[in-house]
Amino acid sequence: MTTAAPHARPAATSFPTLFALSRSRTAIEIKLFFRNTDQVFFTFLLPVLFLVLFSAIFSGDIDAGPGRRIDFPTYFLPGIVASGAMSTTFVNLATSIAVEQREGLLKRLAGTPLPREAFFIGRLMMAVVVTVAQTAIMLVIGVFVYDVGTPPTPERWAFFVALLALSAAVGAVLGIAYTRLIRDARSASAIVQPPFLVLQFISGVFFRWNDLPPWLQAIATLFPLRWIAEGFRYAFLPDWFGKFEYGDSWGWQLPLVILAAWLALAFALAMRFFRWDIQPDR
Amino acid sequence: MIADRAVRVQGLRKEYGSFAALKGIDLEIAHGEVFALLGPNGAGKTTFVEILEGYRRRTGGAATVLGNDPGESRRDWRARIGIVLQASTVFDLLTVNEVVAHFAGFYPAPLDVGDVIGLVGLDEKRTVRCDKLSGGQKRRVDLALGLIGDPDLIFLDEPTTGLDPEGRHQLWDVVRAFTALGKTVVLTTHYIEEAEVLADRVGVIIAGELAAVGTPRELGGRKTALATVRFEAPGALAAAPPPAVPGEWARRDGTVSIATAAPTETVRLLTEWARTRGFDELPAITITRPSLEDIYLEMVESAGAVTEGRADQ
Repeated sequence: MTTAAPHARPAATSFPTLFALSRSRTAIEIKLFFRNTDQVFFTFLLPVLFLVLFSAIFSGDIDAGPGRRIDFPTYFLPGIVASGAMSTTFVNLATSIAVEQREGLLKRLAGTPLPREAFFIGRLMMAVVVTVAQTAIMLVIGVFVYDVGTPPTPERWAFFVALLALSAAVGAVLGIAYTRLIRDARSASAIVQPPFLVLQFISGVFFRWNDLPPWLQAIATLFPLRWIAEGFRYAFLPDWFGKFEYGDSWGWQLPLVILAAWLALAFALAMRFFRWDIQPDR
Repeated sequence: MIADRAVRVQGLRKEYGSFAALKGIDLEIAHGEVFALLGPNGAGKTTFVEILEGYRRRTGGAATVLGNDPGESRRDWRARIGIVLQASTVFDLLTVNEVVAHFAGFYPAPLDVGDVIGLVGLDEKRTVRCDKLSGGQKRRVDLALGLIGDPDLIFLDEPTTGLDPEGRHQLWDVVRAFTALGKTVVLTTHYIEEAEVLADRVGVIIAGELAAVGTPRELGGRKTALATVRFEAPGALAAAPPPAVPGEWARRDGTVSIATAAPTETVRLLTEWARTRGFDELPAITITRPSLEDIYLEMVESAGAVTEGRADQ
């Protein structure tokens, strides 16, 4: 222990730029994510597990007439990519931020000159990076193990990349806003998982969209996961299938527009309701 | 706003619904001063400090900290204050060096990361992950994060809770090194000794009011409080009544105690009297003045009695 005074303040004092701070936050978030081995394991393994299990259980092809057949893994992969993106962003952020609120990390950050935007951007970028890594793993397994095709044209590839980024952003920002509903970090999973689970069932992830009753389809249409799932199918699957399964909404426009609207809404909700410091006012 | 005072608070109020947590506090803290806040749990200490830190909003009165309204929480203002919260922050997965370096990046002119880690005594734990640190070592990380931005004013909310006596003394040294640079410290603590050793002035918050402010030597009239002269009075001393010395006397279980404003004169007269009775020494004689702790406890107790009295009406 030394009591020598640290050296004096340099003359020039200007704040680091938002870009530098966001980069620093992103780097530390990614570092934290990969050091949490349980989290890494489940984030990357769970979607793979779903792909393997569901492909084993539902082995039948989808048949829509002569020359119009796709096998189950081909149908299922886009849905599980959609669901994985939401899980990595929405579920992970909502629960981990709730824990950080409880442990006082956010209060600690709020006491520094770090702009809130840098915190949000760091979180968002981490979610995007992890989602991209997870999706890449899914694609590799899909292509090499299940012989699933990739997006057929450069345009579809471009759409796929844009959709992936947009989905991750929507999930991340929604997760940040959703923490407002979590009163106690110990119950975070109980508040976050059920709605996500229900949405997976009714959004055409685990069960075929066409097999769902119209009223469930109507409910799912209100939420982003259905549009993310449809979007990824548009990127991967042939057009005849989309018309058969989704009808008029099939295309790149509607999912992008609706998800962009969701992103704006989620951002407004997060800015309005996010609490840096959970603290019962006495 | 005039910034001639590090902290200036006038009529500060905070209500939670119908409950008044702070009932109009007036206080000024000078630049370079170490100010300690004492008070029982629930008296409003943390509410008061968190308003000054910009975490909570006041419901009435005025407050400036380093010339700024803490309610605005401006970024350049945030860069000039350091905060050590009551509860340690959890950075389990990062090393000491990573955490401190990361926080250093938030500030326009941070101190050297290695210097600060050395200053708080964590040199050997630099590359150790925070989940491997002891409670006291985590507290030092908190202190390092409060210091890293090179603040002009630092808030320390019960900084030594959980530290062993050695760690406590080391932290006091850090605070002294910090104030030697002319910087201001606002400290809350449960350790009266800590306030006495570190603080230039002490304030006592009881039931949302600033019950007393003063230097540790004179708080609550301590400087002018009566001294107590005590001695054991066996045999010839016990048989006779004490002579006409100044002060009130009392005898209990063979010990005489005299509360007096003039202890020197009291002892002189007592000694003469004892000689006539064959005692060159007054057995077990002591002269005591109330400690800061005595004064503080008395304040808290009498305030408690008043509150109960009000509740009865």
